[in-house]
Order: sequence, then C-alpha cells, then structure tokens
Amino acid sequence: MTFRAKHLLGIEPLAPDEIRTILDLSEQYVDLNRGALKHSDVLSGLTQINMFFENSTRTQASFELAGKRLGADVMNMSMQASSIKKGETLIDTALTLNAMHPDLLVVRHPHSGAVDLLAQKVNCAVLNAGDGRHEHPTQALLDALTIRRAKGRLHRLNIAICGDIAHSRVARSNILLLGKLENRIRLIGPPTLMPAGIAEFGVEVYDDMKQGLQDVDVVMMLRLQRERMDGGFIPSEREYYHRFGLDAEKLAYAKEDAIVMHPGPMNRGVEIDGEIADDINRSVIQEQVEMGVAVRMAAMDLLARNLRAQKAEGVWA
Amino acid sequence: MTDILLTNARLIDPEAGTETPGTVRISGGKIAEISPGPPEGAKQKASATVIDCRGKCLAPGIVDIGVKVCEPGERHKESFKSAGLAAAAGGVTTMVTRPDTLPAIDTPEVLEFVTRRAREASPVRIKPMATLTKAREGREMVEIGFLLDAGAVAFTDGDRVTENTKVLSRAMTYARSLDALVIAHPQEPGLSKGAAVTSGKFASLRGLPAVSPMAERMALDRDMALVEMTGVKYHADQISTARALPALERAKKNGLNVTAGVSIHHLALNELDVGDYRTFFKVKPPLRSEDDRVAMVQAVASGLIDVISSMHTPQDEESKRLPYEEAASGAVALETLLPAALRLVHSGAIALPALWRALSLNPARRLGLDTGRLAVGAPADLVLFDPDAPFVLDRFKLRSKSKNTPFDGARMQGRVLATFVAGTQVFGEL
Repeated sequence: MTFRAKHLLGIEPLAPDEIRTILDLSEQYVDLNRGALKHSDVLSGLTQINMFFENSTRTQASFELAGKRLGADVMNMSMQASSIKKGETLIDTALTLNAMHPDLLVVRHPHSGAVDLLAQKVNCAVLNAGDGRHEHPTQALLDALTIRRAKGRLHRLNIAICGDIAHSRVARSNILLLGKLENRIRLIGPPTLMPAGIAEFGVEVYDDMKQGLQDVDVVMMLRLQRERMDGGFIPSEREYYHRFGLDAEKLAYAKEDAIVMHPGPMNRGVEIDGEIADDINRSVIQEQVEMGVAVRMAAMDLLARNLRAQKAEGVWA
Repeated sequence: MTDILLTNARLIDPEAGTETPGTVRISGGKIAEISPGPPEGAKQKASATVIDCRGKCLAPGIVDIGVKVCEPGERHKESFKSAGLAAAAGGVTTMVTRPDTLPAIDTPEVLEFVTRRAREASPVRIKPMATLTKAREGREMVEIGFLLDAGAVAFTDGDRVTENTKVLSRAMTYARSLDALVIAHPQEPGLSKGAAVTSGKFASLRGLPAVSPMAERMALDRDMALVEMTGVKYHADQISTARALPALERAKKNGLNVTAGVSIHHLALNELDVGDYRTFFKVKPPLRSEDDRVAMVQAVASGLIDVISSMHTPQDEESKRLPYEEAASGAVALETLLPAALRLVHSGAIALPALWRALSLNPARRLGLDTGRLAVGAPADLVLFDPDAPFVLDRFKLRSKSKNTPFDGARMQGRVLATFVAGTQVFGEL
C-alpha cells in the first residue's frame, strides 16, 4: 500500500501511486455496495464527524452512508446554523470538536484553505469535502474511478471540462488528478469563467464548445455556480446555454463513445440538456453518485489504517 | 550632555553615496563633526564619551513612512511604547505614523492626543500623518490647515482609496495651496475589492479571490492625471507591480511632484511564500509575482522608487488565525526592516549608500525633515549596525505587541548594535 497521508486535503499533494491505491480499494467497495450485505466493520469503534459549513445534501449523504457501511459512529453537524453565527472562530470550533475525540473529520467550508487550517489544529484524520474554490478531492477521485471503469484506463484520454471553471473546486481537483495521470485536458468556457493563469496548468483552453469537444473521450460538465457569482460573469443563462450548454448537436463533435459526466446538482437547460443527462448510453451521472460512496469508503478506510498505525507508533497522542 | 565620539566606523553617507571609514562627533544632539579615516583626525575633547564602532556601519537612522501604531483604539495590538521600542531596536529613528486608527486621526484634537502620547511613551521621533478625508470616508476633506499647524506631515486615507474623483481633486487642490503632501494607495477599488492574492497561477491553484496587477497601474494613472491637474505634492505609498512603473517614470519625467514607496515585504517576498494559506504573508496590496519583486528591487536601485517602508501593521493572533480570505492583512516589520533590506545588499542588487537613500534620506526629504543625513549640523539620529551578523528570527522575541511577521524562522543577516535619537542612545549596550 502506498497511501501514507494523515489527511486527505487535496489532490495536489498526492502521488499517482497513491491515487491508484485509493481507486483500487474503491473497486472492492463497489462490489460490497452492490452485494446483499452492504456492511463491513473496518471503521468499527471509530467516530466520524461530518462538519458542513456550507449547504450540501449529496456529498454529506454520501459521506454519511460511507461511514455507516464501514461501521463507524457517524455524526452530522450542520455548521451554518450553529456557533459560527455566534461568532466562534473556526479554530475554537476545531478545538471543541477535538475534545470529543473524533477519528475522522469530514469538512466542507466556503473558504479556500479553511480545511487545511482546521487540520493543523486537530489530532484526527481530516477529509476535505470541498473548501471554497480550492479543492474537492473525493469528487475528483470518484470522477476518476467512473472514467476508469467506463474507458478501461485512466491515461492518454482526451478529457474536456466545460463551463464555470473559475468558481469550481471540482475543476481544480480534476485538472490536478487527470494531469498527474497523463491525460490531455481541455477547458471550455467563457473567458470570464476561466481562472487567471490557467494556461500554466498544462491544459488547453477553448471558448468554443464545438472546437473544444472535437474527438474527446470524456465530457465533464460543471454546474454554473450562481451562488458564488456577484454579478456579470455571463450576459444571461439563455445565451450561456446556447453557447456552452451541452446538447446533442455539440456532443456530436466528441467521440462516438464519449461519456458525459456532471458532479451535480444539475441546472437542466443551463449547462446541460435534460435528455443528454438522462441518456443511459452517454451519461454516467448516476454511476458517479454510486462511485462517490465507494471512493469515500476507500479514502476513510485508508486514512483510518494510517491513523491506527500512527497512534500505535505514538505519533499522535 | 557630554559629546559622544563614534570612532572607527564605516560611514554610510546616502547623500554623497559613499561608504568610508571615519569618526563622528555628536554634540548637543547634532552631528558636530565628521572626520575621515582613523580617529586621530577628530579633535578629541577630554569630556567626550568614546565609542569604538569596530569597523561596523554607521548610518542615518531610518525614517519609516507608514507605521501603524494602534493608538487610539487598539492598544492591545501596538502602543506608542511598544512600537517605539521596536523601532529603536530596528534602527528606525523616525516613525511616520498612519492615521487609520480607531477613531481615525482626522481632527487637530485627535492629532494632539497622538503627539502627546508619542512624546510620553516613544523613545524615537514620531511624525504623525492625518487622514485626507473625514473618517477616511472619501466624502469631505479634513481641516488640512489646522492639522498642518498641529504637526501633521502628510495626508492619507491609508489603504482606502478615495473613489470619488471630484472629492480627491478638491482635496488635492486645497492641499496644493498649503504645500501639503498627499499620500495615496493606488489600487483600483472595483477590481481589488475582496481580493486576497494577486491573480495568476498561484491564486487559481489556491482558489483564492484575486486582483489583477493591472489594478495598481489603473489607479496610479488616474492619480497622475489628478496630480497634473492640481499640481499637488504626491507620494504613492506602495508601488508593487512592474506594470505601474512606466506611469511613474513618465510622471517624473514630465516634472510632476511625485514620489513613490515600496514596502519591504514586496522587495523581500513573493506570492509563492503564502504557500499553504499562511496568513502572516497576507499584506495589502497582496504579494506579487517574482518578476514583480525583481522589478521593484531594480526600481529602488535605479531611484525610480524613492522610499522603502516597513508598512508596519500589527495584527493580533485572532485576526490572523482565520481562513485566508477572512484573515486580516498586514505584517509587523519595524524590527525586520533593516535585516530584510540588507538582503538586497547581500544579493548584490544594491549598494549600502543607495539603500540608505531609500531608507532615510529620501523619506526625510520628502516630508521636509532635516534628519536622514550624515552631515555636520544634522540631528544626530544614527544607527550603528553589523550588516553581516547572522541570526534566525524568533517572532516571540519581537518587541512589538503583535508578532505577525512573515519572517518567523527566517535566516537573516544584519543586527542593530546601537540607535541614537538626537544624540541620545535609545537602543543597544555600548
């Protein structure tokens, strides 16, 4: 096993071998989840706390289910409603939680870097469930697993990531992960939704869907993050849909067997045509959700193994 | 008071641009005599205290434009006493203090409080600045005349940009009639709103809100047009991007009364130092690319940028231990200004006398002070330092109440051995 990290804070620090280790273990959990008895005890006796400082239904449910299937005691804390409103700082919250001796802390936060900060202050394994516009590592891992299963490999693929790159932590984690595994990445979107300096990431940038989708193996659509925009990134949603929304006409430029992905939740008729999203021959969107649970089980299993090993060595108190 | 004879020193003269061995005699708070070579050249009075400088550097004390002392309002972050001690230990003999306190220094009454507190508590000189507009709101100009009479040396709203061009042009026109210096922070406010880092690959990788470096040039362009229109004496507090330099150069060539400063952090650090969201590196404007940093160093060496400042900004731990976007900006730097600036000398980018033009001579001249010079008759504000002495910075040993330095754990060179203000030793044991 080549995964030795204490936390899963992002894709950036991971080596290709570590990524493959997580994906390989995830395959086993896919099988478990499809079986009759969806249970294992690898996290038995461990406490998992899901701390979501930002709204989430899907990711939180996925982490909760992953923890429960592995036998952990899972607690959900919705932080928008709690002490943050009372002026408690993130560090105070972390210290309070730490005193409850959690083993796995799953954190989502609206600010980039907040999960890193928290990880410095607690002595348990921390999983980043999305921080600001920075990273969303488990999403990139589940996307990678989905691609690998659909395409039979995870290298030398042409992969297009389309839409609101600027506000997307999913895009950042995916660019990093797919780049590490030597795929050719194209980013397609209006220039107002491209982050500055993006060309230096070793990607190709397009502002035309038809050109960008030419002969790609994978089409990854992103949600237009209207809640993160304070005005004026695009002229209107209908023009956006016309130019950048994925419909059958634009998809025709991709390879015939190209798959369509979306991290969800979808804005049908804004970034993706409803029929494409539901087309079982092209869309792997439902499979992504399934892979999400398996990948999160694998990540937590691996982190728990490292946690136990480190505690046995006395690295952590 | 007996005379002090500083013998066997390496004299750094920023006016002459020289670095020569010699002796300085201090008498009555002023530099009474400078003689070249070994001490025999100086008339030794029997009553003089003789200090052997052992070949170390003796230079005019640093005149630091833009020091934030958090009085009134936030004394727990920094007081005149703690800032004064830090300044003395850092070789800063004049702190030109910022008016962005709580409340802001925008009336003669508040300014008098500052001067009184400063006189009581600080071992180094304090020259206060006042705001340009009331409560730094950018709506109405302050009583520039009264504030000048009360001792304000310049007028600035700090890092808050006067967005309303009409208000700014009137304030500049009025300031011009009183020959007052206006100091501005060139940042186009729309583009820079909410930004925590400079846009580019690093900002995108970290997913942080970013400002284009162009925002600085845009604001400087506007201000240069206003200076041309009003004829005011203008100083840009911090220039930090290469793209702003041509506008500055053009303004100077056209004879506008313009000078510019740069903070020590923009000379010594770049955006990559932020690393994994290290908030002690969050300053305003944000740290720039390495290309920009190198351009700033060259601009100081060529004299295009006139002044190096510490932009000393104390922040307590609570306001820094937050997610990067939410953390407060600013770094303490009174005690690290000199060793950080010496990095430029050690790297061969600039000679000591030229560096001292930016640290003492130019800022003093710009404010109309007679300090900042190593000349007979000038006030004996001096710093004796060993430019080579190595050390590792421990932030908890800083004299500032706030310990928010980006240089914690950094290997630095340059130790202040003694600091004199008006001929009185305020730091060091000799």
